[in-house]
Amino acid sequence: MGVKDYIRTRFFPHIWCPGCGHGTVLNSLLTAIEKLGLSKNDIVFVSGIGCSSRISGYVDFHTLHTIHGRAVAFATGVKMSRPGLNIIVPMGDGDALAIGGNHFIHAARRNIDLTAIVMNNRIYGMTGGQFSPLSGYGIKATTAPYYNIDHGFDIAELSVAAGATFVARSTTYHVKQLTNIFCKAILHKGFSVVEVLSQCPTYFGRKNNAGSAVDMMEFYKNNTIPKGSKAKEENSDLIERGIFVQKELPEYCEEYDKIIKIAKNRG
Amino acid sequence: MKGKIKFVQGNEACVEAAMYAGLDFFAGYPITPSTEIAEHLSYRLPQQGGKFLQMEDEIASMCAIIGASLTGHKVMTATSGPGFSLMQEALGYAVMAEIPAVIVNVQRGGPSTGNPTHVSQGDVNQARWGTHGDHAIITLTASSHQDLFDITVDAFNLAETYRTPVILLLDEVIGHMREKLVIPEDGEIPLVKRLRTSLKEGVDYHPYFPREDGRIPMSDFGGVHRYNVTGLYHDMWGFPSDNPRLVHDLIRHLVDKIQNDRHIITRCNQYHLDDARTILIAYGSAARSAHHVVETSRREGQRVGLLELKTLWPFPSGLIREKCAKARTIIVVEMNMGQVLAGVKQAVDNPESVFLANRIDGVLIKPVDITRIMRLIQGRGV
Ligand SMILES: Cc1ncc(C[n+]2csc(CCOP(=O)(O)OP(=O)(O)O)c2C)c(N)n1
Ligand code: SF4
Ligand SMILES: [Mg+2]
Repeated sequence: MGVKDYIRTRFFPHIWCPGCGHGTVLNSLLTAIEKLGLSKNDIVFVSGIGCSSRISGYVDFHTLHTIHGRAVAFATGVKMSRPGLNIIVPMGDGDALAIGGNHFIHAARRNIDLTAIVMNNRIYGMTGGQFSPLSGYGIKATTAPYYNIDHGFDIAELSVAAGATFVARSTTYHVKQLTNIFCKAILHKGFSVVEVLSQCPTYFGRKNNAGSAVDMMEFYKNNTIPKGSKAKEENSDLIERGIFVQKELPEYCEEYDKIIKIAKNRG
Repeated sequence: MKGKIKFVQGNEACVEAAMYAGLDFFAGYPITPSTEIAEHLSYRLPQQGGKFLQMEDEIASMCAIIGASLTGHKVMTATSGPGFSLMQEALGYAVMAEIPAVIVNVQRGGPSTGNPTHVSQGDVNQARWGTHGDHAIITLTASSHQDLFDITVDAFNLAETYRTPVILLLDEVIGHMREKLVIPEDGEIPLVKRLRTSLKEGVDYHPYFPREDGRIPMSDFGGVHRYNVTGLYHDMWGFPSDNPRLVHDLIRHLVDKIQNDRHIITRCNQYHLDDARTILIAYGSAARSAHHVVETSRREGQRVGLLELKTLWPFPSGLIREKCAKARTIIVVEMNMGQVLAGVKQAVDNPESVFLANRIDGVLIKPVDITRIMRLIQGRGV
């Protein structure tokens, strides 16, 4: 099968602007799924609301396009009720970490086997360029016309602290690495987080004079480094890419199965 | 009925009924006066291989049960006012995406934290209009544990029949009161199974294409049919659409599928209505006091009857109109500022004949509260 076999052509053309990073994420994700040879019937995409979340409509899996911020909570219900399914949860940075931040950390804490993908463009794309909890200090947005005084999260650090057992970061420039990471994240048993720096030329780019989509990808190339590089010690502004955490810990659905066994013996 | 006899709280009766109906997935967040439902289910569900989840809040709980319903399970959550408020957006999603689910709201006083341990019936209109946008909803209630059992099973059945969330609107007194309950034998109350598509793999399945009888067969997530589910206006494939014709038809469908069947969905108890000059209309724990008033009034030779509503939404206007046609006085008994009263006034020919006997102070309305108002209306003084 090729990547095209995973796409619902009926749904096209897609809604994304020219140069939007989200299309690259979709392509990379489908390449990963193809590489893994997963059956379409075993894959569920659960997304929230945002430009990024529209990804679920375009793919030929079981797809659940939910409400803003709650994708992880819906996904928890799908996974717990049918643990054999492979659940992928693509979200925007606002979706996952503003309105959905609470669900995100609690799913990480439970170590439930979901693959959470945060398509981080540091802006609310869908609603037209307001700042997000990932925008960071000094950034301009339609609701930060002077400059943003909110500090951003570090998604990787947050996820690790919350208990995610697989945490990685890459960008739309580093597609090979990204695909590789997606493969590992999907295979990982437990809560996996993949943060993808994904450009929004239309709002983040324009508001912050970041140039074209190509310029923004150049930025990812020049301002990120593989995790563990010495360069980070000299320049702390550099953003690390790669796998931050990958560890085996009991998974939530399997833990509940143990409860069922005990309850049945007693019942 | 020769089933097992128990002496239980209303919340426990609700649990027994849910298990009887085939509940196998519950997600919730603790809140008085509903918590016993979660506690009992955390113990009971895994015994049957079912799943119990305590989520991080009520929003997540509502979302999780929708997800689990899509994989083909019978699902429920239970809460009280503050949590019910939090659930409203996801509840609307279940309405829009037509996903069966049962939501129990054991009412307390509100607004806000209100009075967690005291009784109220203040959420009747919230059950109807809590989520945004035009829609229809089914809301059921009961005043005794036996009825609560039946109506809970009913809630699961209606949720499947109409592919809709169904709200069970209980109150603190019913939830916490202990009373006898006879659990029916298996098969005594019919259960509605999920209507699943018979289409085989490879045949184009339309998740939102109704059969001739109007019902829309489902396909479990994870099964052989892959489709899209969204809270956006959508076409028969579940794909987002803003085509005006399609949007119009979708909203009409969501409303009509329930409103057009209100005669089928309406459930009630009737006591001495045939010759009644004064009719009390009540529901939930207030109906217990109203029933007492009818019994004592009858002993005194007064022609008083009770129409106890068990379906609150869709509002049983037709039933009320018919039953109250010959009554001179109608008294709505409820523990709020007249949420059912408004509907009754609209339903009957002569709205001036409709009065309210209520309490809003967190105390169960007593028979004496009702008789005092009844005497005043009848011009007999206190
Ligand atoms: C409860 C709720 N609040 C607000 C919105 C409006 N809204 C839609 S998408 C969005 C933010 C999208 O930003 P992000 O999650 O970062 O995704 P992006 O569009 O940038 O990919 C907002 C605020 C909504 N749909 N629902
Ligand atoms: S607004 Fe931004 S995030 Fe949304 S599609 Fe356009 S470029 Fe992508
Ligand atoms: Mg964003």
